[in-house]
Amino acid sequence: MTVVLEYLENTVKATPEKNAFVGENGGLTFAELYEKSRAVGSFLHERGVYKKPVVVFMEKSADMVAAFLGVAYGGCYYVPLDAEMPTYRIRQIFEAVSPSLVIRDDASQQILATLEVPCDILSFADISTCRINDPALATLRQAAIDTDPLYVVFTSGSTGTPKGVTASHRSVIDYIEQLCPVLGVDETTVFGNQSPLYLDACLKELIPTLKYGATTHFIPKSLFMFPVKLIQYINAHGINTICWVASALGLVAALGALDKATPHTLRTIAFGSEVFAIKHLNRWRKALPQARFIHLYGPTEATGMSLYYILERDFAEHETVPIGRPFPNTGVLLLDENGDEPPSGEAGEICIRGTCLCLGYFNDPARTQAAFVQNPHAPFLDLLYKTGDLGRRGADSLYYFLSRKDHQIKHMGYRIELTEIEWVATRIPGVQLACAVFDDDASRIILYYMAEAGTEKSAVQAALKAELPRYMQPHALFPLDSLPQTTGGKIDRVTLLTRYKESKVK
Amino acid sequence: MLLEILQELHPDIDYTTHTTLIDDRVIDSYDIIFLVGEIADKLDVEIPADELTPENFNSYAALNALVERLGA
Repeated sequence: MTVVLEYLENTVKATPEKNAFVGENGGLTFAELYEKSRAVGSFLHERGVYKKPVVVFMEKSADMVAAFLGVAYGGCYYVPLDAEMPTYRIRQIFEAVSPSLVIRDDASQQILATLEVPCDILSFADISTCRINDPALATLRQAAIDTDPLYVVFTSGSTGTPKGVTASHRSVIDYIEQLCPVLGVDETTVFGNQSPLYLDACLKELIPTLKYGATTHFIPKSLFMFPVKLIQYINAHGINTICWVASALGLVAALGALDKATPHTLRTIAFGSEVFAIKHLNRWRKALPQARFIHLYGPTEATGMSLYYILERDFAEHETVPIGRPFPNTGVLLLDENGDEPPSGEAGEICIRGTCLCLGYFNDPARTQAAFVQNPHAPFLDLLYKTGDLGRRGADSLYYFLSRKDHQIKHMGYRIELTEIEWVATRIPGVQLACAVFDDDASRIILYYMAEAGTEKSAVQAALKAELPRYMQPHALFPLDSLPQTTGGKIDRVTLLTRYKESKVK
Repeated sequence: MLLEILQELHPDIDYTTHTTLIDDRVIDSYDIIFLVGEIADKLDVEIPADELTPENFNSYAALNALVERLGA
């Protein structure tokens, strides 16, 4: 198998009329998906766009999946964008990839018009009806290799410049082949998708749906505010498998929805991307004693998820749910600061090796080389991805996540660099210095800043609101005359966080 | 008191006139958690999950009516 499109090509023969992807504004069967994506591929060929990044800027929908696959049919790779992203980020992405073409829908038309991007913008509705050129698509396929890129997704960068994680068909195929047996995916699987399509997280639903002829429902985002309605939606659509960020599951439990309704169609609940409060996890397990609960862990740079743990016992509130063991064909190594493996049970940086590693950061050799390094213990070429996460291996042979080495946080399921928030804050006129801290007990981002006299807090707040996406916005702002420093001269985050937590108690 | 809780969340919103807080995505799912928590702490009113509906959170007036009904 060379490209992920082969999953679709096998399935469309078996179940052409089955619904593949269903969203708020309709869905596509496998046959429709197959037609539309080949039309998009044929269009790209006709335009002479080949082996190039193609931006897909659309609302979450079945059509957006057809656009992704269409870009792959054209021998190109997709760069997904979303209206939820801040404008500065969208501009940075356009600068970083210089796309040949943008595929838009009606929703993104206006935003694109104000951005004045210097490339062709075409409507999905127009190009997905292009005449299909099968001989040309066959020629493109013959030239394809499995290490060709499939997509570039952008993730928060500590210097304010996002990193374009580039993944190949091969790493995606490897990931899906290992993930599906763990999730228990088959043709009866009905996914309820929560994650945005501009992150790698959505691969968990998109590609298995193609492989097995399953069905994915894109759950309307607004339902996550009203959890009883969310449960009713799950039951009404017969959704049996969900892979959500822990905070989405936690929200349902925290608001007491499981006491009012039971999502009785669910049989597999996978969660990850952040710590899941055990009290919420236990509420879920009590509500669905027959369901399988799976903890997933992995960085975008290793194409999705790398380790998994199937819950097989109860956890008390003070315990930590392990991140478990690596997927088959995935290697995990702990390394200390000297590049040695720490003694059993001791902390080390979690490093991942194997086919699952992505192709590095787009057009960014310096940051790629810093994160993807030669295994110091291998006398041959063996790349490791250094996650920046500290972990340890327990006496039970399972891996446990401990903490981050840097200032990256997970909030609402998103990977956020606190330093990026600071970078945005210090670009606001009047703001001289900023320090963001994360109160993980309350799941709140707090921003301390120093500003020139006369800088109104409301103006700073308004500027942050305009610049940052919802999930990165500080919940509270505190102007200070000076920011405390460590003996090394850095801003003292620990003191600021302690100060914040103490002020909350009072 | 309820108005103060809402204003802490979004100081830039005029809650006396805004009647599409949910429809316009002013309030998101984390705001709902915050509001449910604050209303329980400060007003001593527990909002059960089946009262979490777009209608009850679309305006200050609707939310206030809900709190008064549940607190009565």
